Amino acid sequence: MSAVTTSFPNTAAAWDLPSCGRVAMAGLIIAESAIFTIFVVAYLFYLGKSITGPTPREVLETPIFYTICLLSSSFTIHFASKSLERDSTRLFLALWLLTIALGGLFLYGTAQEWHRLICDRGLTISTNLFGTTYYSLVGLHAFHVTAGLLMLSVAAIFGFAGRMGASQSGRIAVLSMYWHFVDAVWVVVFTVVYVLGR
Amino acid sequence: MSSNAITIPGTQMGARPWVDELHQWLTTVDHKRLGILYIVSALLFLVVGGVEAFIIRIQLIHSHNTFVSPEVFNRMFTMHGTTMIFFVAMPILFGFANYLVPLMIGARDMAFPRLNAFSFWLSFLGGLLLYFSFIGGSGLYGAGSAPDVGWWSYAPLGARAFSPGHSSDYWTLALLVSGFGSIGTAINIIATILCLRCPGMRLNRMPLFAWLNLVMAGMVLLAIAPLSAAQIMLLIDRYLGGHFFDTQAGGSAVLWMHFFWVFGHPEVYVLIIPCFAFMSEIIPVFSRKPIFGYPVMVAATVCIAFVSMSVWAHHMFTIGMNSYANSFFTLTTMAVGVPTGIKIFNWIGTMWGGRIQFKTPMMFSIAFLFQFLIAGLTGIMMAASPFDWQLSLSYFVVAHFHYVIVGGILFALFGAFYYWYPKMTGRMLSERLGKWHFWLFLIGFHLTFDVMHIPGILGMPRRIYTYEPGRGWDSLNFIITIGAFIQGIAILVFVANLIISYFKGAQAGNDPWDAWTLEWSISSPPRAYNFATVPIVASRRPLWDLKHPEDPDSRYE
Amino acid sequence: MACISEMKDRRREMSMLQLKSPTSRFLALTMFLQFVSVMAVWASEPEGSSFNGTNIFDPASTPAKSIADPSVFVLAITGIIFVVVFALLVYSVVKFRGRAIEAGREPAQVYGSTQIELAWTIIPILIVVVLFLATARVIHAIEDVPEPAGAVDVIAVRHQYWWEFRYPKLGVVTANELHIPVSDPDHPTPTFLQLLSADTDHSFWVPELAGKTDLIPNHPNRMWMDPQRTGVFLGQCAQYCGTQHAKMLLRVSVDGPEDFAAWVRAQQRPAVEDVGVIEGMRVFESNACMNCHAVGGTSADGRFGPDLTHLMSRATIAAGAAKNTHDNLRLWVQNPSAIKPGSLMPAMKLSDADLDAVVNYMETLR
Repeated sequence: MSAVTTSFPNTAAAWDLPSCGRVAMAGLIIAESAIFTIFVVAYLFYLGKSITGPTPREVLETPIFYTICLLSSSFTIHFASKSLERDSTRLFLALWLLTIALGGLFLYGTAQEWHRLICDRGLTISTNLFGTTYYSLVGLHAFHVTAGLLMLSVAAIFGFAGRMGASQSGRIAVLSMYWHFVDAVWVVVFTVVYVLGR
Repeated sequence: MSSNAITIPGTQMGARPWVDELHQWLTTVDHKRLGILYIVSALLFLVVGGVEAFIIRIQLIHSHNTFVSPEVFNRMFTMHGTTMIFFVAMPILFGFANYLVPLMIGARDMAFPRLNAFSFWLSFLGGLLLYFSFIGGSGLYGAGSAPDVGWWSYAPLGARAFSPGHSSDYWTLALLVSGFGSIGTAINIIATILCLRCPGMRLNRMPLFAWLNLVMAGMVLLAIAPLSAAQIMLLIDRYLGGHFFDTQAGGSAVLWMHFFWVFGHPEVYVLIIPCFAFMSEIIPVFSRKPIFGYPVMVAATVCIAFVSMSVWAHHMFTIGMNSYANSFFTLTTMAVGVPTGIKIFNWIGTMWGGRIQFKTPMMFSIAFLFQFLIAGLTGIMMAASPFDWQLSLSYFVVAHFHYVIVGGILFALFGAFYYWYPKMTGRMLSERLGKWHFWLFLIGFHLTFDVMHIPGILGMPRRIYTYEPGRGWDSLNFIITIGAFIQGIAILVFVANLIISYFKGAQAGNDPWDAWTLEWSISSPPRAYNFATVPIVASRRPLWDLKHPEDPDSRYE
Repeated sequence: MACISEMKDRRREMSMLQLKSPTSRFLALTMFLQFVSVMAVWASEPEGSSFNGTNIFDPASTPAKSIADPSVFVLAITGIIFVVVFALLVYSVVKFRGRAIEAGREPAQVYGSTQIELAWTIIPILIVVVLFLATARVIHAIEDVPEPAGAVDVIAVRHQYWWEFRYPKLGVVTANELHIPVSDPDHPTPTFLQLLSADTDHSFWVPELAGKTDLIPNHPNRMWMDPQRTGVFLGQCAQYCGTQHAKMLLRVSVDGPEDFAAWVRAQQRPAVEDVGVIEGMRVFESNACMNCHAVGGTSADGRFGPDLTHLMSRATIAAGAAKNTHDNLRLWVQNPSAIKPGSLMPAMKLSDADLDAVVNYMETLR
């Protein structure tokens, strides 16, 4: 029960710890990767097991253009982030808006593909196992793209209001980590659905 | 409060209107208050889950009992399991982590205080949602009902065809919502530990409590996700006509099992690792020695985390996997017992050569060691898959996991309560009531769960609302139920202790146990800002160094 | 804080401590009692069934025996581990009890020992290897057995909440009570079951004949048993399958060769035709009974419920929920929920006259 004075030795070498935002985003990415892995496993497991209905080979068309859009948005966001670190806010805003546009284009492509599949080819989420797993996996990804676009738009609004500067580059770096993750997931989904699955 | 405290403008020392106090609690982002909110809400759910357990035990006290109908019984065991795992065990462990991790690493708060609050309220909302099912469960089909699909909701029992109404949906949504809360807390714990340690606290100087919660948080990230994914798939099946687990359309019921147990097994390690953390703080202090083999304890825990991700199908030995799969999971399940056993040996090694003080926290810890040993050994028995083909889905398994959860986790939690309650409230819990609580609970626990192994060996399956006479199960079930009541009385003593000591307990002071980690260097309860000056540490036991300047740990590390 | 010079030497002698305080005495006593009770639980493997036994340590068939014997070995190993660690725990609790007068003097602060750590890592690994090898052998011995030519084939289909048993090679369909031949170890006649499910997950568990195997829709499983003594063996469903999971009981009748052959012949015959119960037969066929139930040789061919062709050859009804007596049968037809609430058979709301007639008819179905 001794009372201890809290005077700790006052010696400390340089004490560098990672940034909270990056670590947290890394944690979120790990958790999300686990969720996506489960959906990918379900997709792969059910390949070829549908009892009825259209098969992937019959109805899927590879979305090369929209994939290029999404993947190049990773480049634009990377350069946007770098230019904000150098405090070139106008270049940052331009590249940032380009990223949002490319992401939006990707979503448009997904919507277009789904419209074609549902209305022309009769493939819905309840048609067969392929339909269920396809719409769930691609849909989960599209949901994450949408959430990302919302966050990017909020940052863009602050950019237009003149609030963005080099001091915000940490937060922008965290957002761009998320966006890179979304793109990486698309690489996996694309491979599984459009390459392996057919 | 010490006389040389810094007064913060706006915090009066006198009585505050209760509305203000309530507002403070509802809007707090302070890790200490959120920790207490987690703990108190978990205790409330503990009482509710305990009542459900009583109903189960009364129904099973003799064969062909008609205390409750089969429908009600099935709801009781579903709700009991779901409540205890998701709304008692996880929140209470998150609560302790929230409270103690920043204090132990010399930080002012968690990395993301608002995320912290959000995660708590999500988790609490999940619990309320689950219990709302009693009112809203059946939807159009009449008066409400809670889910009755078992806490695993095996496909296709969870599908629309076999679970009409909304009871299953309440189960799914409650867990989905609180699962997101858990992921938020895990992210917070990881960011706090990696980014907010005080100067000098390298990773190999952190208290084991922080290390083990770091490992636990990492496992939460990987383990909760499969459950969330499976539940999203279940919702798609139930509402969008999906076929993930629709066997008529070629779907697989076994896939649900795999997804569920990929979550379910790491989940139980998520529950036990913070309890290892409690033991690793309490046993050294009451043996008056440092933990034996700190680096090995860390390595063993990390090893457990990895290996436990590869054992899940030992819950599925009976589903007819081929012999190679069964052999693989037998091997990994037995292998995970090795690092776990190492930890038990290290705790005994800590006590060895010490000067053991038999205060209440230590008594619960010693009981933990004994009981966790037995629980681990019955686990090894079931790891042998042929043995499991007989023991699985019987009361032997129920006895095994209650041995872990009650005999291990709950005992460790009681130890943690008695150890850290003085820090959280400034008052000591009564040792006398503590001893009554301990002995009553110990007797009730062993009466119930030692005996419960036997009906399993004698062929009694689980989740049955009644059983046939003449199987030899009647007298055993009677004894089990009596033990449950004794445990209930012990819990009442515990709650009484918590409440009475809050008002009448002895003043604790900063450091009632003569301990060595940073939380004992500040006032009890700590100020809102935790540390007046951020500490700088040079060893694993900064307070030992301060109290024994002629013989500091830093010389030996 | 007193004796600084002593504390500098981190390898002091430990003095013998005496068991003075009541707390430590109680603790040691309790631990001893717990030790005894744990040993008692482990030792309580009752030989022979003094009850209607479902004791996993009373095997009557090769799979059950192949499980029980190595399980005793596993129990022995874990028992030894328990005794050793328990002894260490009790010893450390008793010997290293701190005395009040020594408060303020800290014991030697030992941080660890690499040799000890290695020892208690390597020994458990060796134990795991031994246990695994012993177990893997048994897994293969049970699961990878090819079906011999003389085996009896049964297809077991699980429904909520009854068992359907078909013998495809023998042309027999029955429900809830399984008859299989006893198997002579020199000329084995095992029974191989294919396990299917019509709805949710179930599990076939007759402890004295075999370990349990689940019946999962869209996932056929296989198990076998070769009981070596005659008698009735009890079991029940072990995987929660819905409201009446508790009342999916199993009766496996292991018959000698002549008895089994006689049973098969009786089951192969179509339904007994008895003009005295024509009224009941008419009730059976004009109500919805035949939508769910089949009676061989008549137009009733429903598969949703149990086959009733030889209903009276069974000792129980409703998957063991009640004995097969006139009163129970009557109550069951009148209101199934009285015996098995949640069962999927609806109350047929028959008039008393119709009820009696149909029960009389059913009682002729031997």
